[in-house]
Amino acid sequence: MVGPMIKVEGLTRAYGSFIAVDDISFECRPGTVTGFLGPNGAGKTATMRVMVGLTPATRGEVTIGGMHYRDIPNPGRHVGVLLDASAQHAGRTGREVLEIGARTMGLPSSRVDEMLELVSLDSREAKRRVRNYSLGMRQRLGIAHALLGDPTVLILDEPANGLDPAGIRWMRGLLKGYADQGGTVLLSSHLLHEVEQIADEMILIGNGRIVARGTRDELLANATGGVSTTLVTALDNQLLASALAEKGVEVHQAGAGLRVSAEPVDVGRVAADKQIVLTDLRAGNEGGLEDLFLELTADSARETVPGAPVDIHPNEVPA
Amino acid sequence: MTTAAAPMRLDVSSTARVPFGRLINVELRKLADTRAGGWLLISIVALTLLVLIIQLAVVLGNDLHPKFVDFLQGMNTPMAILLPVLGVLSITSEWSQRTAMVTFALEPSRMRVVMAKLVSLVIVSVLALVVGLVLGSVANVLYGSFSGNDLVWGSVGKLVLTYFVAYILSMASGFALGALFLNSPAGIVVYFAYSFVLPIPFAIGAALMGWFDSLRPWIDFNFAQSPLIDGTIQGSDWAHLFTSGLIWLGLPLVIGLWRISRSEVK
Repeated sequence: MVGPMIKVEGLTRAYGSFIAVDDISFECRPGTVTGFLGPNGAGKTATMRVMVGLTPATRGEVTIGGMHYRDIPNPGRHVGVLLDASAQHAGRTGREVLEIGARTMGLPSSRVDEMLELVSLDSREAKRRVRNYSLGMRQRLGIAHALLGDPTVLILDEPANGLDPAGIRWMRGLLKGYADQGGTVLLSSHLLHEVEQIADEMILIGNGRIVARGTRDELLANATGGVSTTLVTALDNQLLASALAEKGVEVHQAGAGLRVSAEPVDVGRVAADKQIVLTDLRAGNEGGLEDLFLELTADSARETVPGAPVDIHPNEVPA
Repeated sequence: MTTAAAPMRLDVSSTARVPFGRLINVELRKLADTRAGGWLLISIVALTLLVLIIQLAVVLGNDLHPKFVDFLQGMNTPMAILLPVLGVLSITSEWSQRTAMVTFALEPSRMRVVMAKLVSLVIVSVLALVVGLVLGSVANVLYGSFSGNDLVWGSVGKLVLTYFVAYILSMASGFALGALFLNSPAGIVVYFAYSFVLPIPFAIGAALMGWFDSLRPWIDFNFAQSPLIDGTIQGSDWAHLFTSGLIWLGLPLVIGLWRISRSEVK
């Protein structure tokens, strides 16, 4: 296995008696996308700010490629950072924002044009001042800025915020491709669906603590307590239900089909044995991850979550 | 899952630190590339022009006989008032516009950025002086051709040098107050209060109380700068300049730099 590129060890950040980040440790490996998930105010941004040296750590440390961020020479060439797309001078044009970054890093102006094209900001938009940009445009500009120096590590705080659905899909493809080429990506989000499709590993944070981590499947298995659910629809639901019941599997009516407490492969096997025609067969755990996310972060979320499962044991989540 | 693989190392062997010259270049660019910064620079030149035009009209209308020095004093007024604002904004805009997050992510050594800003302000002082000299010269030549009188150039070398030092001191004061407050309006208001309002109680105090009159040059930085600008500076004047400068420039600058280096950038 490839060693970690980003290493967070025992990181704590306190503001007086308020502990924003509480002794968290995790790693991000090259060639992967790590999703950093949690509700607003969970400590994601504070963690990321410490990573790039904008906020001092109270305890613990972060290394990127074995170095502290402040020791990386010309860091923009190695680590692409987007912490807040709105943190740009409102009176500067989009193009000028990138031009300043390129000049600081020692890159030619042609690189600015390349990045503008990559994030689909046309020359007319690039000439406008940032104050006239929508949040989505600022986000695209910020992603362009993070990618300017062709870095090997990307640290992005809520990059999908303000993007339209097409923009979110575009960004997923971009980050996935970047990781496939060996890049290390850490991106945060407060929305599960933005992250779950591209993140190889997810880290769930609530109240400054890591409450769960793992791949999507690991988290899902945990969310359902190891019991799989399958949604299935057959031409003859009655026949399928009785066949499954014979095997001692729990079956419930669910809409036009059945909800079965078994793996899809086992349900399919039963159907094949009995020569029952299936019209739909899929894993039924999808809601589980969402429920897990809300449950684990409920303490720090601003709303209480009705109907969230209670049989989750955060301490048993595989590390 | 987390088997003990050796951490990946960033290959930084072919990357040099951002050269200081490049930082200065970028900071110079940042003074002019925003709407506020651009207009401030244009205003400084436009006001200098306006002052010289009015001065020309007055001296021609009243049949006065100005020298080159008089036109230089004319151009100095708007420069001396507005250049410090540039000094304030150069540091405060990073905070009020939150660009410090990007600036310090690209150059984590905050003191290098601050030094690059200060050097860029010195360069602006030189440019301002060159522009002022050119405009003052044009005004003098125009005066000669309109009035038919002989041109008086005189020797202005020492005056130009004192203007240069005064611009640097005032821009640095603006910068220091900006760094102290890290807030554009507060920095500008306090700078103007210090340079235009404070001299009034200082003058009144000096007129009424003998002991304060002798204390004043030690604590009034503006007052201590006047022998410098008159070109009469000598002996104890330097000590006055140094001591009062320590209070109004040195102290805020040190506290401001401490704030910049320690504060959390949001």
